[in-house]
Amino acid sequence: MKKIETEDYKAYFDPEASQVVLAGFLRLSGIDAYQPIMDLLLAAAEQTESCTVDLHELEFLNSSGISMLSMFVVRIRDSVTTKLSFVGSKKVLWQVRSLKNLKRLMPNLEITLL
Amino acid sequence: MSQSSEQFGRFVEPSGNSKEYLTLHFSPSASARQERWQNYGLSADFLGDYFSNFFPGNQISDHELSQKDTIKSAVSFIANELLENSIKYSYDCAQFPITLSLYLYEERLIFRSVNCAEIAVAARFKQFIRDLLAAPDIDVLFTQQFEKTAAGSGESCMGLLTMICDYGVELSWKFQPIDRGKNTIQVDALAYLDLTKFDNQLFSN
Repeated sequence: MKKIETEDYKAYFDPEASQVVLAGFLRLSGIDAYQPIMDLLLAAAEQTESCTVDLHELEFLNSSGISMLSMFVVRIRDSVTTKLSFVGSKKVLWQVRSLKNLKRLMPNLEITLL
Repeated sequence: MSQSSEQFGRFVEPSGNSKEYLTLHFSPSASARQERWQNYGLSADFLGDYFSNFFPGNQISDHELSQKDTIKSAVSFIANELLENSIKYSYDCAQFPITLSLYLYEERLIFRSVNCAEIAVAARFKQFIRDLLAAPDIDVLFTQQFEKTAAGSGESCMGLLTMICDYGVELSWKFQPIDRGKNTIQVDALAYLDLTKFDNQLFSN
């Protein structure tokens, strides 16, 4: 299982669940700093026909991180082969406020807030 | 090159009747920028924790978040974005620290970030502000910038647009020449968060 873990956040792909989990506090210093996480997301999406990104324990994501998610969504949208969905939490404000914006890029994107 | 100050948006300096305020100073040359990045996030979280204490912790109607949790998260996000912007665009000169202030009033929170920037950098930022203020529909501008960012086309100012569109923040700026440095200018940003709009902005989907 590919995993990135620091004091502040973790990111990993669980192939059995076809799921990428991002958790913790992500406020890296610009879009370039998010490349390892972007690579993890893209590698996961290549290995599955239906990929879920579980964000419900991701308490903080800065605008660079939101931009990284938008880039990932467009890559998947353009590849057509993978079905993509996001799972978030109604208890995390940035997800309640900003996650829906990804549907502007991919209207059939499935976003579930639990 | 203009030597007078320029204002964009409704720039009203915070008055002295704030119920509570805090100012944090960051010295740009104290250590490597990358090493300090984590501290900036912690500072934004501190402001969120501190100011959320003035708000009730009970849930509002059928929403999952209390007013206290909402303030904590909103303050942390907005403070972090203002601070990140100040740091990204500031000119590293020790005599001009970056400051971030937060003022609490009965009906609003006012964030203020101050930093100095190179004039050429500030000029590019001013152009974005002009485009922002002239946009007939901010929602359309948001989508256009979001598409550009998603396509990987450079600077996007998505942080500012997210504050406006997702958190209901009103932004304004003042650019002032600095006597001591001909190539630098002081950038003073204000972000107003209207507390009376919680129900219809911060919680609406």
